[in-house]
Amino acid sequence: MAQKKTKAKANISGDELLKYYREMLLIRRFEEKAGQLYGMGQIGGFCHLYIGQEAVVVGLEAAAKEGDSRLTSYRDHAHMLACGMDPNGVMAELTGRRDGLSKGKGGSMHMFSKEKRFYGGHGIVAAQVPIGAGLALANKYKGEDTVSFTYFGDGAANQGQVYESFNMAALWKLPVIFVVENNQYAMGTSLQRAASTPDFYTRGEAFGITGASVDGMDVLAVKAAGELAVAHCRAGNGPYVLEVKTYRYRGHSMSDPAKYRTREEVQKVKDNQDPIDMIKEMLLQGDHASADDLKGIDKEIKKTVQASADFAIASPEPDINELYTDILV
Amino acid sequence: MAIQILMPALSPTMEEGTLAKWLVKEGDTVESGQVLAEIETDKATMEFEAIDDGVVGKLLVSEGSENVAVNTPIAVIFEDGEDSESAVIADAPATVEESQPSKAAPQPAIVAAPISMEDVPEGTTFTSTTVREALRDAMAEEMRSNENVFLMGEEVAEYQGAYKVSQGLLDEFGAKRVIDTPITEHGFAGIAVGAAFGGLNPIVEFMTFNFAMQAMDQIINSAAKTLYMSGGQMGAPMVFRGPNGAASRVGAQHSQCYAAWYAHIPGLKVVMPYSAADAKGLLKSAIRDPNPVIFLENEMLYGRSFDVPDIDDFTVPIGKAKVWREGEDVTLVSFGIGMQYALEAAEKLAEEGISAEVVDLRSIRPIDYDTVIASVKKTNRCVTIEEGFPVASIGNHLSAIIMERAFDYLDAPVINCTGKDVPMPYAANLEKLALITTAEVISAVKTVTYR
Repeated sequence: MAQKKTKAKANISGDELLKYYREMLLIRRFEEKAGQLYGMGQIGGFCHLYIGQEAVVVGLEAAAKEGDSRLTSYRDHAHMLACGMDPNGVMAELTGRRDGLSKGKGGSMHMFSKEKRFYGGHGIVAAQVPIGAGLALANKYKGEDTVSFTYFGDGAANQGQVYESFNMAALWKLPVIFVVENNQYAMGTSLQRAASTPDFYTRGEAFGITGASVDGMDVLAVKAAGELAVAHCRAGNGPYVLEVKTYRYRGHSMSDPAKYRTREEVQKVKDNQDPIDMIKEMLLQGDHASADDLKGIDKEIKKTVQASADFAIASPEPDINELYTDILV
Repeated sequence: MAIQILMPALSPTMEEGTLAKWLVKEGDTVESGQVLAEIETDKATMEFEAIDDGVVGKLLVSEGSENVAVNTPIAVIFEDGEDSESAVIADAPATVEESQPSKAAPQPAIVAAPISMEDVPEGTTFTSTTVREALRDAMAEEMRSNENVFLMGEEVAEYQGAYKVSQGLLDEFGAKRVIDTPITEHGFAGIAVGAAFGGLNPIVEFMTFNFAMQAMDQIINSAAKTLYMSGGQMGAPMVFRGPNGAASRVGAQHSQCYAAWYAHIPGLKVVMPYSAADAKGLLKSAIRDPNPVIFLENEMLYGRSFDVPDIDDFTVPIGKAKVWREGEDVTLVSFGIGMQYALEAAEKLAEEGISAEVVDLRSIRPIDYDTVIASVKKTNRCVTIEEGFPVASIGNHLSAIIMERAFDYLDAPVINCTGKDVPMPYAANLEKLALITTAEVISAVKTVTYR
């Protein structure tokens, strides 16, 4: 059943490393920009940044194939970027403008893409978990061999509906990967203070669900663990629980003073476990790229992100007639 | 003294049943606990046991008798030493036909149901159908025509439905499309929402809407709001259905009308039919609707028969009220089971020379305001009738709309007849008081007509 620590280092090409490097860096720069725009008053409401957790979604997207579906909580910008949604559309949604992915009516926590099979963006902790199982039910009903990547945090992992979903997903052998993004803190409550058992990958055991835990700061390990999970689901073995141990550098949301942990604790992770630095190191050591190459990539990504910010600020607010559209089909 | 065996009530709402089979014959010795008969209720076939020892003296109701009212004597058991000569037996009806419903809930006067002509073409024939069958037929027809429609809920498949609404569907459509769920409303409602996002058209049956409170977040935050939050990209084309409102003597947690709750939510459609024809036509429309539809049924109405038009693919549009009865003096607006009080009151008022127009909203969201307002402009008086709680009721809302749109036409304040502002009591007398009554409707009408 539950297996401890998947740690598979695959042989990996320089091109692949560069791809992950770019994808993770795009997320980081995008989130930094979002934080900046929030500070400038361009983004309102709640805004939850993904900085520090980049390897999770990039690693798992590397294990996904066309047609797979994914959904997550309100910390969702990265999931959208990683599955190929347009940074301009995401940023314009953050600023609440008409070119946003939800025409400015969803905001940071509520974006969707039928095309990329990204099903939100959910603001209620753990509400996306049964929905993710339902997407898997639809996939199976239609005879597809696609899987549903259902992301939720360590906080959501204590919600009752998660276990209702585990039960039904196992009972009906639904192809769903329950990805627990364990970033150690449910808002301001550390998992030691909230979870009676801290090993989330074992939480499916009572339902007969295979589980594994992986270092979520290592994109290659995440990818390898994701591939095992995906293979399990695609083979018709039912659901899988994958706990990805990660860390968020920023507060829970922009308004979080983060008094529940020390500066030193955060700094230590940044210094020793940063997912982007880790790949950067591998690229340099393996001679896959020079320091200048990497600088060039960073510059290019910064340009993309700045363009998205410019786009998001230039885009007009929604037409006032949009107030009454999209309530019913 | 001989013991009379009475037709038992085998569910909270059972009024009559079929004596399917006798498992004993006259002259047999029986002991307590022995199964005497199989009795078919509208929900299930149940075994009926003896509670006394003795000899079966007489079977008063023959095997296969239908519509045997609860409390009708069905057999006599002699105690030791008694026989048919010596035993003193209370009078028992000779035939079933003569038996009277005894403890049954108040039966409304059956008012001829004029099916409005917008619904069916002239010359249409009708078949008497129960609401229960009508709902089942609607689901079966839609499942036949659309592969993506499926039913999920507690006891919908192998048990054939807790209230037998899904009877036969498992046989016809198989376990892939008629899915028994664990008792986890929050979880399976969410799974159904996900399936709807993923391109299917789920019908979620809640055993009753009381249990849907467990799933409220998924219904409102996930199903109702996603279309808006996604800027129109995706929504939840699905139906949440099941019995709503008070059944009979099931207490506060199982007796509540949710019409006003769901009516509050933009992004939902809310339907609450009264007749079998509307139940069928509206459920078919609901299943086809690309939006999440809350379909509120009523356990007390499941067994009631109405004429259903013999039309292939009969649908009733959501959002259109029906005028059941035209009148001049007052408009009665109701929906769902409230209609039985409205219609009964109208009948009695007619005897007193007061002509009531009866409007069945059928849909609670969107509400057909135009039909209500047109009627109020004609009668100048309005009484609303519903079983739900009084505060923030549908009647309150209609009163406000009538005030805004027809203030100058009103000759009296609108009165809202509702259930009482109390949790539903269990005791029979208190429950009766907590529910709305026809007498209250009549009294309200007399108030607004100054009689």
